[in-house]
This record gives sequence, C-alpha cells and structure tokens, in this order.
Amino acid sequence: MRLPRLNNVILETTTKVVSYLILAFAIYLFLAGHNNPGGGFVAGLVTASALVLNYLTFDMETIEKRKNFHFRIMIGIGLLLAVGTGLGGVLFGQAFLTHAFGMFDLPFLGETELATATIFDLGVYFVVVGVTMTIILSIGADE
Amino acid sequence: MNNLIVLPIIIPFLTGIFLIFFAKHVVLQRTLSILSIFATIFVAIIVGKQIMTDGIQTLTFGGWPLPYGIAFVADMLAIVLVITANIVAVAALIFSFSTIGEDREKSYFYPLFQFMLLGVVGAFLTGDIFNLFVFFEVLLIASYVLIIIGGNKAQFRETIKYVIINIVSSTLFLIAVAYLYAVTGSLNMADLAQRIHSVEGEGILLVIAILFFLVFAMKGALFPLYFWLPGSYTVPPSAIAALFGGLLTKVGVYAIIRSFLIIFGMDSGFVQPFFFVIAGLTMVFGIFGAIASKDVRSIVAYNVIVAVGFMLMGVAFGTTTAIQGTIFYMVHDMIIKAGLFLLAGTIGYVASTHDYRQMGGLIKSYPALGWTFFLATLSLAGIPPFSGFVGKLLLIEGGFEVEQYLLVGISIAVSFLILYSLMRIFIHGFWGVSKLKEGEPRKAIGSLLFPSIFLVTLSIILGLGAEWFMPVFETIAKQLSDPTIYIDAVLKG
Repeated sequence: MRLPRLNNVILETTTKVVSYLILAFAIYLFLAGHNNPGGGFVAGLVTASALVLNYLTFDMETIEKRKNFHFRIMIGIGLLLAVGTGLGGVLFGQAFLTHAFGMFDLPFLGETELATATIFDLGVYFVVVGVTMTIILSIGADE
Repeated sequence: MNNLIVLPIIIPFLTGIFLIFFAKHVVLQRTLSILSIFATIFVAIIVGKQIMTDGIQTLTFGGWPLPYGIAFVADMLAIVLVITANIVAVAALIFSFSTIGEDREKSYFYPLFQFMLLGVVGAFLTGDIFNLFVFFEVLLIASYVLIIIGGNKAQFRETIKYVIINIVSSTLFLIAVAYLYAVTGSLNMADLAQRIHSVEGEGILLVIAILFFLVFAMKGALFPLYFWLPGSYTVPPSAIAALFGGLLTKVGVYAIIRSFLIIFGMDSGFVQPFFFVIAGLTMVFGIFGAIASKDVRSIVAYNVIVAVGFMLMGVAFGTTTAIQGTIFYMVHDMIIKAGLFLLAGTIGYVASTHDYRQMGGLIKSYPALGWTFFLATLSLAGIPPFSGFVGKLLLIEGGFEVEQYLLVGISIAVSFLILYSLMRIFIHGFWGVSKLKEGEPRKAIGSLLFPSIFLVTLSIILGLGAEWFMPVFETIAKQLSDPTIYIDAVLKG
C-alpha cells in the first residue's frame, strides 16, 4: 500500500533545521564521553534519530538515491576500528586493548588530551548507527 | 602477559568482520573461513605447548592489575577445548560447502559461523564471570540467526522457543552474577575463588551456586531443563546442527566445571548428592527420548542430552580420575557427536527421509556411509578401541573410587541403550530390502562423507592413541582438582 504524497512544508522545513542541531548534539555527546555523560553509544543513537527523522519526513527512495553506501558496511567498519585499537597495543608490545593517551598542542584548541580510547568509541559509534539504521530500514522496507 | 592467547578470538573476529564486506563473494568467504580456523588451531597448539612447559598462561586486557582488569586465562582445559572446537568447526564448515545452499551463503552465513566460534572460544578462555556472560551472549545471538537462517516454517517455530528459553536463562545468569557480586564484591574468577571462603553464611552461597547451576543446566540441556534441545537441533541444516551439537551444550558443561571446581567447590554436602540425582535423571530421560524417537536427527539430538549427563556425573564424582574421564569424554563427545549429526544429515539426504522405518538396504548403494556410521555408533557407545571407551572407563573407575555403584550401574545400562538406539538406524536403514525407488541413480556423496570420515578417524586415533594424549588430560585433571594452581597463576602470574 502506498500513501498519497502529502505536502508537508512545515515538517520538511523544520526537519532541515533540526537535523543539524541533533547531529551537532551527537558530536558533542561523542566528544564529551570521556569526562562527562555521553560516549559512542548515546551519540550513535542520537545520530540514528536524526537519520530516522529524515527518513520519516522525506520518503525512502529520495534518501536512498542520494546515499551511496549501505549501513551494513558501517557495522563492519566500526568493528574493525574497535578491534584495530585493541591490536594497536599489541603492536607496541603491550597487552591487548592497552590504550595510549598524551597531551597535544592543537591549533585553535590549545593543549588537548587525545586518547586512543576515542577511536574505540568511534567504532562503537559506527556500529550503533549501522545496527539501528539496518533494523529500522529493513523493517520499514518490508512490503 | 602473553598476547598469543587472545588470538583464538581475534582471528575469527577479524575474519567475520572482513566477510561482512564481501557477502556476495562465495569463494572468497569459503577460503577465508577455512584459513582462519586453521590459523586458530595453529596458534592454540603453540599456546598449548607453552602451557605444558611454563604452566597456565594469562593476559589482562589493557595491562590493568588484577583483579581490576578482565583476564584471559589459558589453562590446559581451555586450550584443549579450543582446539577440539575448531576441529569440529572445520568439519562442519567443509560439510556446509556442499549442503548449505547459495541463498544462505549470501545471507551472512560465514560471518555468523565465525562469530559463533568467537563466542565459544571466548567462553572457554575468559577468566572473568561477567565476560563469560558476554561471550555466552555472543555465541547465543549468532546461534539464533544460524537456526533461523533460511526461514522455513519449522525453523521459525523452533527459533521462537530457543530464543525465549535462552533469554530467560541469560536473565537468570545476569541476576546470579549480580547476587555473587553483591556478596563477594568481585567478578574475576580467581579472585572470587579466594574471596568465597571469607564470606559469612554458607546459605547464601549455596543459593547462588544452585542459581548458577540452573543457568548452565539450561544452556547445557540437563534434566529437567533439556526440553528445548531436540526441536531446535533438528530443524537447522545438518552442518549447523553439527556445530550446535558439538559445541553449544559443552560450553554449558564447561561453565559448570569452571564454576564448581574453581569457584564454589564441591564440598558443601548438598551439591554433590544434588549433582548425582540430576546426572542420573539426565542420562535416563535422555536415553528414553532417544529410544522413543523414530527420526534419525532427533535420536542423535537426544544422545547429546545423555552425554551431558555422563559429563555431569564425572564432575560430581570429583576425583582426579573422574575429572580426567569427564574431560576425555567431553573431547570425544564433541568430535563424535558432530560426526553423527553430519552422518544423520547425509543419511537423510540419500534416503530422502529422516524416519528410519522408511529406509532400507542403503548398504548396497552406500557402503562407505554405512560403515562410517557403524564405527561412529560403536565409538559413541564406548566399545574398545574407540575413544568413547577410554572416557567411560575412567568415569566408571572414578565412580568406584567414591563408591557410587548405583550411578555407575545406570551409566553402564544407558551405554547399552545408546548402542541400541543407534543400531536400530543401522539395522533398519542399511540392512534389509532396498526401499530406494527403482532405477534411481546413486547420489554422489563424496564431499558429504569426507568430513564425517575425518571426525570418525579422529575418534579412532583418540581411542587407539589414548596413551599419547593422556599426559595432556593428566595435566588438566591436576590443574582442575587443585584450584590454588589456577588462583596463583592468575593473581600472581
């Protein structure tokens, strides 16, 4: 069954604005995870919520045409990042999953602490986005 | 610290991840899957040699001091089971090449296969009780998908049961871990084993121990919690059923061995008699099921339950001989049970039915299949010189040491009935007048038969060469019967 295409000007305009806000919030949550509540898991779910909002507002075909990757691939990339971080420790003669961190002088940000745990978190983030979107899209696309 | 012992889970994990990217390249998937299993076996053998010379190997993730980090502990038991599990996986994988069908191969069958192997191997190697829970979930979630992949009606029906029963038992597992953590304040197995002696009040520990036993009994299919097994092991394709029958219940038994021989101890006066009763009932009810069913696959599936009863019996006897027998029987049973599931699948394929009453005279067209099945039956029943004999002999010896004549008697009687339950298939299916359709061409089964022959040969080698393997099993029994060896290796190593 196919619903008639409605003219949802207000919804579409709001979505365009709100999506960026949600994505920015997801990035904040992702970076805050080390010292404040947040982290890869929540950031992934928030990102997925922004994507789902877009899928709900515009129909599926419109978005699938613009997007040239599969969310399933994201799961693989995320897992690779997570295992890769773990193996990084092994390369330097440490135990598996040993994390490194250090202070770096970055432009604009000044003295910043960078930790390899962030890469692990990025892996979690990718897996969460990939899994959530795969579940929702495969249920949604079922005719 | 020894990074090698994490490789048996990293290799299947990385392989599984790579295979997600190449879901449509069947040849690549097959090659990578089989290479990764051989690599795992290779690494596990190296680790096994290290254990033989230097004792138990440990690794704490991230280099955190114990008991704060998650530890991986490779003692002889864990590494022997890792090697056996991977050998079974090779056979199941080769069998799946020619039977599983292109649809399943393209719907992520091989990645799931690797992830399930990762869960099983991780459960064997971990030294942390919550990490054990996580690996249980990894293997269970992969097994949910493996049961349902293909999606016919019977598979849906049995998957619902299987998923519900396992969600209930996983929740109980989590609750049991929470209780244990509240009482002791630790999750590391070696640290737990140390702290458990200083806990006030035997009662609460007994309750937690029995709760853990119920959880693992549900995973390992012990009486009265085995009811989900026959259905869910008969509906998936034989390659997957062989993997399940060979590996999954044994992870439950392994968890019972670990938790009761290392953490809780067997000496509370209640646990041992309780185990005797459960082991006896499991054997008796399992064999009743095997005798009652007419479906070849379901007869083999009920024999899985019987074997778990045998292993629990050995754990309950608790002497060094009995433990040695239990582990030997476990290794033997993983190999031969997977072989029998593959043979049952092959028989079902050539006879076009799974009911042995409708087969007949198969031996004329398929002599190799018939005699392989015959040898597998003898091995399972425990006829010398096959591997089942050595394990059962050690178990019975252990029973005499603790003077449990009734249970030993039951186990011997059950062994006869195992022979009867499988020999019926041989007599009805392979002897007599051929019931194959007139002029039907003989099906080519070379590629199907090869993995079963491989496993049965291994079983014969394990039985004939028991003397060569005995030092390994003696090391296992020594490491298991004295928990301080394990505790010292983890906490001080």
